[in-house]
Amino acid sequence: MKLLGKYVDKGMQGNVTLMPEESEDMWHAYNLIAEGDSVRSTTIRKVQNETATGSSTSNRVRTTLTIAVESIDFDTQACVLRLKGRNIEENQYVKMGAYHTLDLELNRKFELRKPEWDTIALERIEMACDPTQSADVAAVVMQEGLAHVCLITASMTLVRSKIEVSIPRKRKGSVQQHEKGLAKFYEQVMQSILRHVNFDVVKCVLIASPGFVRDQFYDYMFQQAVKMDYKLLLDNKSKFMLVHASSGFKHSLKEVLQDPAVLAKMSDTKAAGEVKALEQFYMMLQCEPAKAFYGKKHVLQAAESQAIETLLISDNLFRCQDVGLRKEYVNLVESVRDAGGEVKIFSSMHISGEQLAQLTGIAALLRFPMPELEDSDDDDDEDGAAGGADSD
Amino acid sequence: MSRHRIVRTMDYNDEYDGYDDIYGHSVEDEHCISPTDAQQWLYDRARGQQSISAFISKNKDIQEEEADEEEDAAFEKARRDSESFQMPQLDEIEQAKLSSCVDEVRSVVGDAVSERRIVETSMKFDYDMQKILDEILNEETKKSAKPSVNRMKAPAAPVLPKTVSKTVATPPPKISLKEPRRGFEIPSPKVPSSPVVSGRNTPVDISGDDISRSSATLFKVSKEQAVRNARQLYEKERADQKSHIHMIVIGHVDAGKSTLMGHLLYDTGNVSQRVMHKHEQESKKLGKQSFMYAWVLDETGEERTRGITMDVGQSRIETKTKIVTLLDAPGHKDFIPNMISGATQADVALLVVDATRGEFESGFELGGQTREHAILVRSLGVNQLGVVINKLDTVGWSQERFTEIVTKLKSFLKLAGFKESDVSFTPCSGLTGENLTKKAQEPALTSWYSGPHLLDVIENFKVPERAIDRPLRMSVSDIYKGTGSGFCISGRVETGVLCLNDKVLVGASREQAQVKSLTMNEFPQTSVFAGDQVSVTLPALDINNVTVGCIISDPQTPIPVTTRFQARIIVFNVKVPITMGFPVLLHHQSLIEPAVVCKLTASIHKSTGEVVKKKPRCLGNNSCALVELETSRPICIERYADFKELGRVMLRVAGVTIAAGMVTKIR
Repeated sequence: MKLLGKYVDKGMQGNVTLMPEESEDMWHAYNLIAEGDSVRSTTIRKVQNETATGSSTSNRVRTTLTIAVESIDFDTQACVLRLKGRNIEENQYVKMGAYHTLDLELNRKFELRKPEWDTIALERIEMACDPTQSADVAAVVMQEGLAHVCLITASMTLVRSKIEVSIPRKRKGSVQQHEKGLAKFYEQVMQSILRHVNFDVVKCVLIASPGFVRDQFYDYMFQQAVKMDYKLLLDNKSKFMLVHASSGFKHSLKEVLQDPAVLAKMSDTKAAGEVKALEQFYMMLQCEPAKAFYGKKHVLQAAESQAIETLLISDNLFRCQDVGLRKEYVNLVESVRDAGGEVKIFSSMHISGEQLAQLTGIAALLRFPMPELEDSDDDDDEDGAAGGADSD
Repeated sequence: MSRHRIVRTMDYNDEYDGYDDIYGHSVEDEHCISPTDAQQWLYDRARGQQSISAFISKNKDIQEEEADEEEDAAFEKARRDSESFQMPQLDEIEQAKLSSCVDEVRSVVGDAVSERRIVETSMKFDYDMQKILDEILNEETKKSAKPSVNRMKAPAAPVLPKTVSKTVATPPPKISLKEPRRGFEIPSPKVPSSPVVSGRNTPVDISGDDISRSSATLFKVSKEQAVRNARQLYEKERADQKSHIHMIVIGHVDAGKSTLMGHLLYDTGNVSQRVMHKHEQESKKLGKQSFMYAWVLDETGEERTRGITMDVGQSRIETKTKIVTLLDAPGHKDFIPNMISGATQADVALLVVDATRGEFESGFELGGQTREHAILVRSLGVNQLGVVINKLDTVGWSQERFTEIVTKLKSFLKLAGFKESDVSFTPCSGLTGENLTKKAQEPALTSWYSGPHLLDVIENFKVPERAIDRPLRMSVSDIYKGTGSGFCISGRVETGVLCLNDKVLVGASREQAQVKSLTMNEFPQTSVFAGDQVSVTLPALDINNVTVGCIISDPQTPIPVTTRFQARIIVFNVKVPITMGFPVLLHHQSLIEPAVVCKLTASIHKSTGEVVKKKPRCLGNNSCALVELETSRPICIERYADFKELGRVMLRVAGVTIAAGMVTKIR
């Protein structure tokens, strides 16, 4: 993302001009734009003209429109952001108050005006415009008969394809069926890698599986590559890396990202950092349960006594429609920062973020134990905490 | 030619010539009828729990699907008798009492007595079951010299005097919370101890759930399938055969499971000399001669070159009284999912431990497979365990080593929930074949050991009771291309009976299919029973709708399909505590499905079952709790109280089994 202009006054009101450059920027834009903001961007609109004789013609014109956003739609697979709202600046084609749906496009700037910019939003812009954060990794988690081909970017994990093949088991006298099924499965996975992995962008391809599936697949793939002359695979052979995972399901990516060999190669990407932070939270919950809490109510109480050392919060909480609720979370983040704590905002598109979102979306590691919090939860509190997260 | 008719000048009276003829006639089969009419004609258990036989005799207009059965004259007469019979006018409560009463009587006496007779008798005795039955049965015996003996095998026990209408459902069997229990000792489902032999394989009343569940039952089955007597069929078919038993062989990696089984197969004559010689030559070539017996079961190239079992190998042996299906489980940690799917099919287990110094210890310490496998099979419902102390020849058949291992294992297995009487210990050597099928001959061993050899141990396993009377449930463990058309589905029949040409429902999509062929160990069968390992051919079924782990069920009582259910879990040693939102892999029979722990309902005391804390924040080591699990796709699952076999689940995370549980509630 490129920041082209920023005018935010003392009252935190103002506008920002941004230019998305890659598909991931759409995700950032999705997290930035809230209902009630106004967005100005160039777009294509079908305009109907009525001639003097009464016949009407319609033609498509490119025009610049400003709309007050009413609903936001994000397609995770195609990374397309669609904003629907009323026109608030009349021009020759479009009347005031007419509805229009803006498709934000890559490499076209848009101007975002918010009634109030909070720290989370400003941070998001900074993060989106940081050019160093682009470690693209492709990962294939597989087991016999099941594979997920995923792309891991700084703030998103995208499942590009899921391959499910039922492979006949070995049985007396018919080993061929098993081996045939396996070969068919490997072929599909390989084709999916060729189709979905862009080797110009991707720095490394992780192949993770239990047992020997990864080795078998790796051998198969390069045998085929030599046989069929897949240049793309042969040229990028060094990018492949074999890692252990316990299963072929999506959440075993978590194990993959914790593997020391992977960590060394990926250095400090957000995905790996988040996995580590969540792991720390669970370790603390195991060892010292009085120092780890989750759920809005507990965390707010802990924040009141300035006890929070690390706050883990999922970004889906900031995307909620309720302005007051968002403000509450923003205030929480700010108060934790003021008290010298660390705040980690998880991307809900990562595996660990998904898990955190399930875990009410908010969790905290404390500086000192607060057993009184633990005792206070008797009847109604968890419902309240869960309710807070579910509202999203 | 209707296009060319002159519509404007048409005389409608002529056109509708036949109208008056049809008018006033009863609705015929090819006509559409309204749902309320349909309700009148369709069998629906939710309404008053009528049995099928009552339904048949009351509604003469319905065509039987297969109307070619030849009923005996007496039955025909009785039916005609009841045809003209009108139900007496009664108010609602009376009506309900009556219908439940009639139903009860029917379940005992069957179709032999006319509806009218039952109704009259019931009214006479004011719905007192005992008296009605006495009256009717006495009359029957007087009337005909040939009473329906098989229907009265268990007359007294199941017939309870029931004056209240059946719509007031009996409360579902509750797990009693008071009595102390340890490990996996859990109350077994409430099945009548002597199953009612009533000529129907659908259970009359299992729980309150059943009534609501069957309201969705509109799948038609042939009459034969609907009123089959499973127990009789079983006795007819299997009386002269040896009983079947499935045995899984478990243990740490390289404990010698495959070698032991391979040698056993060879010694019992199930592997020919020629094949064995081939294995010997080939393994010698690879420099792995000690693997020659293992190759009997490890067939894939990958398994042979790596020298480890990866998937469950199957084969069978016959002993004096039993046919034993051997399931050779992989020992390696990464293949535990395969081992679990094998263990769900097993009745008994053989735990192989390596007696070599250091090897036993590494398998037994935390994280070793000896430990995990034993806990797994126990929580999957296996309660008879034979422990084989293998490779005892490497320590010179030392008795000290044997007793050392035995004492260590004994205390552990007791903790895991095995009864001491159900566990046996046998020293042997899989490679040399000592004490395998013949009494021990090695003087070093015979000096202190005089117990049974391995084959005897297998012989001594008790055959568990099969739930043949329950509705059909079969879990799919493999899908492959058969020799003929279509594809084969192999799996284990968990409960009930499956016959050729039966209609069944497959998986969560509940697709209907008809059984075209049934094979068991490559031999075609006409009917298979609970506990059998079979291959079924289901033509005209979309292969994408069948996955490994789905359940094939009876159309009359289909299996519940859900994405969310409650389970009582026992948490094992976990590195991190379980919280809500914890992603796990759910193992259910052969099914592996990602799931999320979406709610921690309560943590409960391990031995008393009392609720310790409602809505706990997290579940730590060795705790016991009620949790709710949600899967992404709908799965077929049963409550533990209804079907023991299908109500067990395993939760695994990152290659470690973190919990085992029983399904308590289905949403």
